[in-house]
Amino acid sequence: MSKIEIKNFNLYYTNFHALKDININIEDRRITTIIGPSGCGKSTLLRSINRINDTIEGVHTTGEINIYDENIYDENTDVDILRRNVGMVFQRPNPFPISIYENVAFGLRVNRISTSRSIISETVEKSLKAVLLWDNIKDRLYKSALSLTLEEQQRLCIARVIAVVPHIILLDEPCSSLDPVAIQKIEELIIQLKDRYTIIIVTHNMQQAARVSNDTAFMLFGKLIEFDKTEKIFTNPSKKETEDYVSGRFG
Amino acid sequence: MIRLSPKLSQKFSYLILFLATTLAITPVIVIIFIIVKNGMSVINWEFLASMPKNGMRDGGVLPAIVGTFVIVTCTIILTLPTGLCAAIYLNEYARDNIFARVIKLGILNLAGVPSVVYGLFGFGIFVMFLKLGVSIIAGALTLSIMELPVIITTSRNALNSVPYSFREASWALGVSRWQTIRHIVLPNALPGIMTGAVLSIARISGETAPILFTAAAFYVPHLPHSIFDQVMTLPYHLYIISTQIPNMPNNIIFGTALILLVMVLAISFVAIFVRIYFRKHRKW
Repeated sequence: MSKIEIKNFNLYYTNFHALKDININIEDRRITTIIGPSGCGKSTLLRSINRINDTIEGVHTTGEINIYDENIYDENTDVDILRRNVGMVFQRPNPFPISIYENVAFGLRVNRISTSRSIISETVEKSLKAVLLWDNIKDRLYKSALSLTLEEQQRLCIARVIAVVPHIILLDEPCSSLDPVAIQKIEELIIQLKDRYTIIIVTHNMQQAARVSNDTAFMLFGKLIEFDKTEKIFTNPSKKETEDYVSGRFG
Repeated sequence: MIRLSPKLSQKFSYLILFLATTLAITPVIVIIFIIVKNGMSVINWEFLASMPKNGMRDGGVLPAIVGTFVIVTCTIILTLPTGLCAAIYLNEYARDNIFARVIKLGILNLAGVPSVVYGLFGFGIFVMFLKLGVSIIAGALTLSIMELPVIITTSRNALNSVPYSFREASWALGVSRWQTIRHIVLPNALPGIMTGAVLSIARISGETAPILFTAAAFYVPHLPHSIFDQVMTLPYHLYIISTQIPNMPNNIIFGTALILLVMVLAISFVAIFVRIYFRKHRKW
């Protein structure tokens, strides 16, 4: 059974047809990357999976996205609960201007997932350990999150997502504002997280897609051109466009 | 045409820009100088803390100070919550449709309506129609309506200054729109909202026209007992003693002006300090 099933999915920004008839099945506990040139709709597709696109004016959709056989575009879907199950990490690290501890505890507190101090502290510790940040910062938990380096901030953002216990984590070009050393560390982290979460990454960096992912989707002009095992996409793609793109002929 | 050398034209431009700046602040300095010079002599504890005597030609300005304080307090209690709620609605909830656009345009235009028009409106609605009479509450309501567009505009600017990425991060954690506003947007917008509110207080304190027909009294022999009383206020008192009373000693007029000036400047300085303090402590 596939975890995320996208069926005949279309998305429009007012009059602009941004996603055209997308069909894709994403499996459990694998890392899937979405690649493609700028403006091909890869971020839009990712942002459809937690319905964060709903907050943009003029967006409407047709078709379905089923997560564990439930259509998240059904009118009875509680969007806030959906977003807790499907966490998201953004391009630029965006920690809140509060302490490191409060950043991780924020989702638990505000959503009233837990009110017990000890459970919150435990979850904060567990989440920071999961992103391999705990040892570095356990002595300055109450310092501002903005005192961290960009790489640490991005780790913190991942910890903040993990703290509300999602099943799926969406990462929207999570490394684009980081330096090469930091990128390598974040990639290692992403690979480690695969055992516990289904992960979808949007990236414009093809080497990154090749390094971290199990499956790769290639998009062009709002359409899904090809979706297959990563090795296949990068060594023996079935479509001409995919081959042109991965071999660097355009994009 | 004479062509100046680059060096000379640089000096010339600098001179013109500098003169224009000087010209802008000279009147303020002259006004402050004249008021302080002529009014300083009457300022003492008795002037601040006693009632006017002898047909206002003697004694103090206590009721006008108290009246201004009371009416400004009532106004800000009415305006700030309403204005802030409206700003939150317009900024965080309203979709960009005709309704929202008309409201936004209306708010911008209302800020430009002359204050005497608000005064007449307040007289018609609050004093006559709602039968509140000439009273603190009628004056405060009139001032509120005048100040509401300003509060809404400054609050919206403060809300806008909070990065969109904070909101997005919060929504993506499954936090609802309202909780995001309450826990992320408002705390970060608060300094801007406070600065706007304090500057509004300074502006209201000096207004005369809106309270002319709605709250202000020529002379009241006691301090206000309730919000349904008429009051004396500093700007109106200043107007009366400068134009309506024969043989008025000049130093009392200037002394009253000085107190009004110091009050407004002091409030503005509070706003500036609030802003500086929060800028220093802002982390993004």
